[in-house]
Amino acid sequence: MLSSLIIVFREVIEAGLIVGIVLAATQGVPRRSFWVSVGIASGVVGACLVAAFAGELASLFQGNGQELFNASVLLLAVAMLTWHNVWMAGHGREMAREMRSMGAEVSAGRRTLTAMAIVVGVAVLREGSEVVLFLYGIAAQGGTTTAAMLTGGALGLAAGAAVSALMYFGLLSIPAHRLFSVTGWLITLLAAGMASQAVLFLQNAGYLQFGMMPLWDTSWLLSDDSIAGRLLHTLIGYTDQPDGLQLAAYLFAIAAIVALMRVINPPRRPVAAVVASPAE
Amino acid sequence: MIKNALIAGTALILLVGPAWADSSIPVTLKDHRFTPSTIHVKAGVPSMIALTNNDDAAEEFDSTSLKIEKVVAGHSSGNVRLRPLEPGRYPFMGEYHSETAQGVVIAE
Repeated sequence: MLSSLIIVFREVIEAGLIVGIVLAATQGVPRRSFWVSVGIASGVVGACLVAAFAGELASLFQGNGQELFNASVLLLAVAMLTWHNVWMAGHGREMAREMRSMGAEVSAGRRTLTAMAIVVGVAVLREGSEVVLFLYGIAAQGGTTTAAMLTGGALGLAAGAAVSALMYFGLLSIPAHRLFSVTGWLITLLAAGMASQAVLFLQNAGYLQFGMMPLWDTSWLLSDDSIAGRLLHTLIGYTDQPDGLQLAAYLFAIAAIVALMRVINPPRRPVAAVVASPAE
Repeated sequence: MIKNALIAGTALILLVGPAWADSSIPVTLKDHRFTPSTIHVKAGVPSMIALTNNDDAAEEFDSTSLKIEKVVAGHSSGNVRLRPLEPGRYPFMGEYHSETAQGVVIAE
């Protein structure tokens, strides 16, 4: 029971942290609950499909289907997170000028919500498919331990959701005028971590076979296997032995997102942070 | 711009093409145990494990030190590519049945 609790908890928390950040980052955007729910629901359906067709997926592209699929959905999420940050950069300034009608505001908000729903969907799909495969394996085995394992899974789900909720409310306790600058950086680091992970999947599929030696080893300080290491891996892409290409992808993603945000909204006056506060 | 970058990136990846390891090391999974569970590879060069899962349940070949997470469905097989490794021991496990599914790659 403990093992299933831990596995489900770990996967739920990895998806849940991303959902928490997305919810905090879209604070005040109308109908965000609906879109985030759509993202979660599609992610669950997608996770079941991926789990059901795991064998077929893996055999695509000369046995590299799984790696290429993971890399693709990660890069899709990176693009959507980038889009959100760039949109927020322009949005804050427009709100400051009070030039947009409420209707335009809502329709612009819907576009970033679609992007964020995709991010949530991808996160739930990736982590969820592992949970489905794991629980299906247990259910298929049958026997007396099945009920205990499924109980463990349910407890893991509840615990993971609780920690994710804590993360969300923790973010909300940030003063409103600072919230979007904090979530902006969180999303940038989230995207950079995903970009570096996508590179890893491509390397494991046999592509991009260069810059593969680890640059350093900080496992003595914080191991990838520890809970804290895993959480930081999800949040900011921490890994104890990054290779050269992973680090390059990470830094490139940060530089690209920051550059795009600057192009859309050149920093001029510190007042921008104040007017970005939620309209609620 | 993002779309163009993605297209260019994909094209680049497809042009470069996957590199293939010369030979693969067969490993089977049965009753949630790896056979062999100790795998010797040459340090400094890429290698490949051909993992055959003879169990009903899917398993995830998982190793943080090898930087690999790979699901192999029940009654199917998959190739696990190992990057060039420094000499040393690299533990791996089947994440879904980690009580029994344990192994180690030794690079030398």
